[in-house]
Amino acid sequence: MSVKIESEPLFSAKNLKLITDPINKNNPITVLVLGICSALAVTVKLEPSVVMAVSVIVVTTLSNVINSLLRNTIPQRIRIIVQLVIVAALVILVDEILKAFAYDVSKQLSVFVGLIITNCIIMGRIEAFALGNKAWPSALDGLGNGIGYGVILVVVGFFRELLGSGTLWGYRVIPESIYVKNGGFYENNGLFILPPMALIIVGIIIWIQRSRVRELIENE
Amino acid sequence: MENLISIFVKSIFVDNMIFAYFLGMCSYLAVSKTVKTSSGLGLAVVFVLGITVPVNYLINNYLLTPGALAWLSPSFADMDLSFLSFIMFIAVIASIVQLVEMIVEKFSPALYNSLGIFLPLIAVNCAILGGSLFMQEREFVNIGEATVYGLGSGIGWYLAIVSLAAIREKLKYSNVPAPLRGIGITFIITGLMGIAFMTFMGIKL
Repeated sequence: MSVKIESEPLFSAKNLKLITDPINKNNPITVLVLGICSALAVTVKLEPSVVMAVSVIVVTTLSNVINSLLRNTIPQRIRIIVQLVIVAALVILVDEILKAFAYDVSKQLSVFVGLIITNCIIMGRIEAFALGNKAWPSALDGLGNGIGYGVILVVVGFFRELLGSGTLWGYRVIPESIYVKNGGFYENNGLFILPPMALIIVGIIIWIQRSRVRELIENE
Repeated sequence: MENLISIFVKSIFVDNMIFAYFLGMCSYLAVSKTVKTSSGLGLAVVFVLGITVPVNYLINNYLLTPGALAWLSPSFADMDLSFLSFIMFIAVIASIVQLVEMIVEKFSPALYNSLGIFLPLIAVNCAILGGSLFMQEREFVNIGEATVYGLGSGIGWYLAIVSLAAIREKLKYSNVPAPLRGIGITFIITGLMGIAFMTFMGIKL
């Protein structure tokens, strides 16, 4: 019996691919359609989107690492419950930290922080990757998928806040003086504040992405 | 009674899980290719929401909220376990889903055959956990209201997924731009349906 000792640098090409792939070609939101549940309702403003993105990045990375370390000790049959408990414990941590240091944002996010638990990205990555790989690649995979999710969230949040309220991160970007009420010509597009617009923006992002990366086009 | 009807109608149309809160989106987008399968998944969601919301209501009110443990002994009156609610709710949901699956399999094989494959999926459906978390946030006064809220949200979800599936079945006959085919156009349709559903928003009950 021969034991092959794998030694590869921490950031080998294969490992880097784990981070870069989910940002474009394997994006969890636009390609794998995971984790839309808690993504769209928090994107009215840029700030909660960024906070949500960071929370999800932290939770996917840590839950991937923990589950990967435990992968040989979790019994197959009850693994879903064990995974959910690990994720729930991490989410409680994130929630308590947000309540302590960013109370206003945590109020705006309301139940959606709790819903990170059932965010399909997290369960999906645990099932598909962490259960079959070592801790370090799992951490990179979690990080990459978290970033892929975060990028879409921040882009949607950016456009919704800019066009819907004329501000970014709470600061005014479009000057007050050009608004109709001050004698100008400009008016905020109220449609962007409404929840359905988030879906349409993601639809447009998918359109742009797939017309650039033709191999992603589905043939139904 | 009037109160119950108002909660019911509100949870179906005004606070629709899909169009107002985007909950349960993943399975909503993934399983809506045909009307038949989507109505199976929809029924399973109605079923599980109708059970888990009242059960979690009891757990929330008799174990978790500040002072809820006073019924055990007066010395627990200042205990606050509400930070445990996520973990309790998700554990309850996961075990009830498992239990429901076994019971349905034993007593109604026909129903099991139509719901069966969807039940395990439901444990990680955000709409289910969302139902419990909104129940906690809204502080219903009795278990009746919580049950009606759970059922109403489930029915709202059912309506949403069946109507999307019906539209997607018709969509096969239209010429969608290639990069939008599949998931892209589904996002945009859901957005447009959401805008249509917003007409219910002004309704005061």
